[in-house]
Amino acid sequence: MSIISRGFRGRRREGDDRLPPGQYLVDDFPVLSAGPTPRIPLDRWEFAIDTEAEQTHRWSWAELMALPQETPTVDIHCVTKWSKLGTGWQGVSLDTLFENVETAVEYALVYSYGGYTTNLPLEDLLDGKAWIVHQFDGEELEPRHGGPARLLVPHLYLWKSAKWVRGIRLLEEDWPGFWETAGYHNYGDPWREQRYEGD
Amino acid sequence: MRRLTWRPARLTGLREETDSARTLVFQVPDWPGHLAGQHVDVRLTADDGYSTQRSYSVAAPADGDTVELTVERVPDGEVSPYLTEIIEPGDQVEIRGPVGGWFVWRPESRSPVLLVGGGSGIVPLMAMIRAQAGSRVPFRLLYSLRDPSRRYYAEELRRHDAGLDVGYLYTRAVPDGWPRPAGRILLDDLAESGWPATFEPECYVCGPTGFVEAAADLLLALGHAPEHIRTERFGPTGG
Repeated sequence: MSIISRGFRGRRREGDDRLPPGQYLVDDFPVLSAGPTPRIPLDRWEFAIDTEAEQTHRWSWAELMALPQETPTVDIHCVTKWSKLGTGWQGVSLDTLFENVETAVEYALVYSYGGYTTNLPLEDLLDGKAWIVHQFDGEELEPRHGGPARLLVPHLYLWKSAKWVRGIRLLEEDWPGFWETAGYHNYGDPWREQRYEGD
Repeated sequence: MRRLTWRPARLTGLREETDSARTLVFQVPDWPGHLAGQHVDVRLTADDGYSTQRSYSVAAPADGDTVELTVERVPDGEVSPYLTEIIEPGDQVEIRGPVGGWFVWRPESRSPVLLVGGGSGIVPLMAMIRAQAGSRVPFRLLYSLRDPSRRYYAEELRRHDAGLDVGYLYTRAVPDGWPRPAGRILLDDLAESGWPATFEPECYVCGPTGFVEAAADLLLALGHAPEHIRTERFGPTGG
């Protein structure tokens, strides 16, 4: 039996089945991050995938740009409850980046310029589910939104889509990241409302 | 594993802070406690079952079953107009939390503290100020406001005990005789009201995105290390 808040009406939206439970729609693009915004010059930028066999695959900015580009249009959901539908991005599929990576492990720890980390199962990065993006809405990705490049994993809450992404470490065992050790859910599926530890 | 459950919360007290903001005091049976700087989720349910939730920073340190929030009315918001205009003592909402283990101040910490708040971003910083009372850790607060009428906790900040220095800056309109012209936060504001970077203070910056971006960049320019700058941002949406 839920608690009724006397006099509350709310603003309902009919039948938008793209909105996960507990989320509301926004038209702008709020910013959430835990510290100052890092600035990474493109000539010093690199992205790496580190395997469990201590092999490192690296891409410079120019090398990333030379890879096949995709333009996903996706819905994004922040754990702070806003959702934004039909956002347009440009970047490189993780499937492309993993093409020559040999690994037998199941876990990934994503790390960023500025020290942020987030963890997820490797399978959530593959099969067309994730990208390294560098454009939003046809423009270069602004630093405050994670530019020059961020991870985009739209089927999980947006804190998994690490801003200022620098690399992915492949691990035998799951290693909780920044928010995952600060009380947030380890997996973060918006459709199962996995906001916090224990949800 | 700790699980955050929804708990019934009854409104027991109200304080108007400004024309558009009010402090709400809830009694939440079996509240597990919280740290200064954490936030909670508030869920409202209408009598036909429709419900929605929002996050709000807690304005005061843990005190038994009491959870105190300060809410700014967002024009066209869905939840904040209810919390700032309609709810009355005795009414109920649901609350779960506390949430967030990063933007927090712990009383056992010994470093000096610099708080930089813009607008309603003062709320979690006020929880830290209230938690500091009686400790020996020196605090400084720089509070950026659109104009003097927007100030929250005015009396309490004026008469706060030793250990806290408060600086104000106004972005649109200043009080009579105020020496600094109205304008956005500048390097000099933080140099004057803050701690030198060599003191290695813990810096907490909270406010709207543009304010937080500017203040955090200025702190970096003054030599503060990025790992000592914690931020929390309120977007223009929400409410």
